[in-house]
Amino acid sequence: MTTTVSSNNPKAIQPDVDKSKSFTANFKVWRGDSSGGELVDYSVEVNEGEVVLDIIFRIQAEQANDMAVRWNCKAGKCGSCSAEINGRPALQCMTRMSSLPPGETVVVTPLRTFPVMRDLVTDVKFNYEKAKQIPAFRPRPRDADGKYRMAQIDVERGQEFRKCIECWMCQNVCHVIRDHEENKPSFSGPRFFIRLAELDMHPLDTNDRKVIAQEKHGLGMCNITKCCTEVCPEHIKITDNGIIPLKERVADRKYDPLFQIFGRNHRKH
Amino acid sequence: MTELERHSYDVLVIGAGGAGLRAAIAAHEGGARTAVVCKSLLGKAHTVMAEGGIAAAMGNVWPDDNWQVHFRDTMRGGKMLNNWRMAQLHAQEAPARVEELEEYGALFDRTPDGLISQRDFGGHRYARLAHVGDRTGLEMIRTLQQRVVALGIDVYMECTITRLLTDGTGEDSNGTNRGNIAGAFGYWRETGRFVCFEAPAVILATGGIGKSFKVTSNSWEYSGDGHALAARVGATLLNMEFIQFHPTGMVWPPSVRGILVTESVRGDGGILKNKDGKRFMFDYIPEFFKADTADTEAEADRWYEDKKNNRRPPELLPRDEVARAINAEVKAGRGSPAGGAYLDIASRRTPEYINKRLPSMYHQFKELADVDITKEPMEVGPTCHYIMGGVEVNADTQAAVVPGLYAAGEVGGGMHGSNRLGGNSLGDLLVFGQRAGHYAAEYAKSTTAKIADGQIEVAAAEATAPFDREGGDNPYALHAELQATMNELVGIIRDADEMNEALARLQGFKQRAKNLTVTGNRQFNPGWHLAIDLKNMLLCSEMVAVAAIERKESRGGHTRNDYPVADKYWGTQNIVLSEKDGTVSFKLQPLPVMPDDLKILFEEPK
Repeated sequence: MTTTVSSNNPKAIQPDVDKSKSFTANFKVWRGDSSGGELVDYSVEVNEGEVVLDIIFRIQAEQANDMAVRWNCKAGKCGSCSAEINGRPALQCMTRMSSLPPGETVVVTPLRTFPVMRDLVTDVKFNYEKAKQIPAFRPRPRDADGKYRMAQIDVERGQEFRKCIECWMCQNVCHVIRDHEENKPSFSGPRFFIRLAELDMHPLDTNDRKVIAQEKHGLGMCNITKCCTEVCPEHIKITDNGIIPLKERVADRKYDPLFQIFGRNHRKH
Repeated sequence: MTELERHSYDVLVIGAGGAGLRAAIAAHEGGARTAVVCKSLLGKAHTVMAEGGIAAAMGNVWPDDNWQVHFRDTMRGGKMLNNWRMAQLHAQEAPARVEELEEYGALFDRTPDGLISQRDFGGHRYARLAHVGDRTGLEMIRTLQQRVVALGIDVYMECTITRLLTDGTGEDSNGTNRGNIAGAFGYWRETGRFVCFEAPAVILATGGIGKSFKVTSNSWEYSGDGHALAARVGATLLNMEFIQFHPTGMVWPPSVRGILVTESVRGDGGILKNKDGKRFMFDYIPEFFKADTADTEAEADRWYEDKKNNRRPPELLPRDEVARAINAEVKAGRGSPAGGAYLDIASRRTPEYINKRLPSMYHQFKELADVDITKEPMEVGPTCHYIMGGVEVNADTQAAVVPGLYAAGEVGGGMHGSNRLGGNSLGDLLVFGQRAGHYAAEYAKSTTAKIADGQIEVAAAEATAPFDREGGDNPYALHAELQATMNELVGIIRDADEMNEALARLQGFKQRAKNLTVTGNRQFNPGWHLAIDLKNMLLCSEMVAVAAIERKESRGGHTRNDYPVADKYWGTQNIVLSEKDGTVSFKLQPLPVMPDDLKILFEEPK
């Protein structure tokens, strides 16, 4: 491609890729659809500083125009490009090539827990259906002057969970549903447990979701293996700060006769 | 045609970013049967990447702040080319729109007395950006998304609209007749199957055009779909030459070049230095902002704590000024090794403060560039970020000139004039999303529109055409050429000869785009999707180039070497573009004149 380089714009002044640091990598990318598929080999150039998604783009542009992949922000903020890289769930846009074992083939496959649509794109509808089953936020009335007041320390607990970028990797690794399709109807998964926890800890919320967490969303099926916490790209302590306190609150509600007297603030975690 | 999937609504919203979701909520509340269509999954829209905050004069941190000050900042930031009425409505209504988000469950950072915290940003006299650390866009999108789900509004995810449909009562263009809006036609990305929506009111909330540029902060969805869809049914577009190059995008490694580095870094105390360690922004304070800007480092540093007796640091000049300054430093050979400037907060704030206020930036630099921003400076440079130009709309209702068509957010034009202030985008999405939804619902109540015969067939044939051809261009290659052309020839600094060269090339690209070839089948095929999106990018790029050649001055997001200063005459003119049968034309239209009671705000002694 030839372009005249303008002296006006940064392109002319910014250094190009240092090709002396480039190398050729072997990629195996899963190609196929709901009827089946296979790993396909690609030999592709890698430049300094690139991430897996850059390489997928290069394969797409030069060797496989129709390779399906989801992505949006390419900056680890939207959670679109989750896949399994060498068998580990990761965001393709945040996995630097330099973090992978040098010289080894890179295997990229779609999230295993969800049905494949095509290539690296899975049908994650499950999560959006579960989202609809969470009782909505119901705030208390505003203060007399029309404002809401909350202390920073009180909003921070919920803020941790609201960092979630819905990449669905915690849902993908949760063994309750990873190899047990039959559990999906009665189990919403870690993403929605922290959503329930967030609402339950919200300083303004008046809805009680403890019974529904247990009975409809399958909180009791979680046995705290912490796989979800391990893969969270936002480093949310899903199990320790979300699921366990939620389980304790549910247990309080279930077994604690004093709850009737002291209400929801009986035990602060 | 085989079985075509059809749906019928009162109001159809295209796009599920901040503006689209807010519009859908408002239309639903207005009693309209409402649906949202989006190219990605719900909650992945580009709004998710907005970092800094939502500008709203709530006065929680600085009681002196009010809508008049915000309005004045907005107009001055836009170099007085804004639609004054939109700037006024935005300044007046943003606080209520932000507070509404709390009712939907948003958790903003708080002031010591429990109110929504507000932070400093470029071009704003007071700290007025409601925020959550530096991930405000995520909070906003998630809040609106959860509200849309709670209200039970239908969302069609991963579905792309390729054409707006009309009742056919208007002039003939692009193979069908224009007229009143009657619906929209598109395809499911998963299957490639077609889908048709019947709706008398359509709200465009499709964002911007950044994917026409090589170095951009924008996601793949930013292919100017709304701009192009609107133009093809006869809507007019305003001032497409104004493109904001955000001064601070990442510049290294090359693969991440363009990814946004939030203005909050400067708002929270970060400064810009050249390779010699000089804080160079003091050399780039324009006459227009001299009275508001500190001219010594000591005064600039005092301003963070005492805004009454000190003026703003020059790093917090509006974005166009800062982007040009960095560009000039790099061009003069004083740039960093990767061709940018140094953005330094490490030497000015504690690691604890940086981690608290900028967690997302810390993470981004650590993961992508191996840089610890609490210990060393970042390297940054301009990146294509936002288009101020867009669909010409009625300031109060967001109605375009085509009956039944509305536009809100980045796809709408006028609000930001020639340059947008940071934080004014999220406010814009909420304020005008709400207005568009409200007025579209009202319009739809009293209107029915029937899709004219033959339109669906034309739209379907057009969409699948790339599969019927062989030996044409690869869409990826053409896209790369387009991006390089726009970046280098219609970029941050412009010249007539370079822009004419770009326009000539664009004509060539247009011909080649008619013969793109795609491989594979219709099932989730990104090559095919790109071939369709490219047509929109090419139309938008041509409009950008045409308007940029015409506007013979430098103002805001339009800087020319050959006309380096702002011109009084051009300060009163909007360039209004339209399209017919693939040909772009324009006319000049006087800017609406601000009433006297608002003019006074610009005369006050400072």
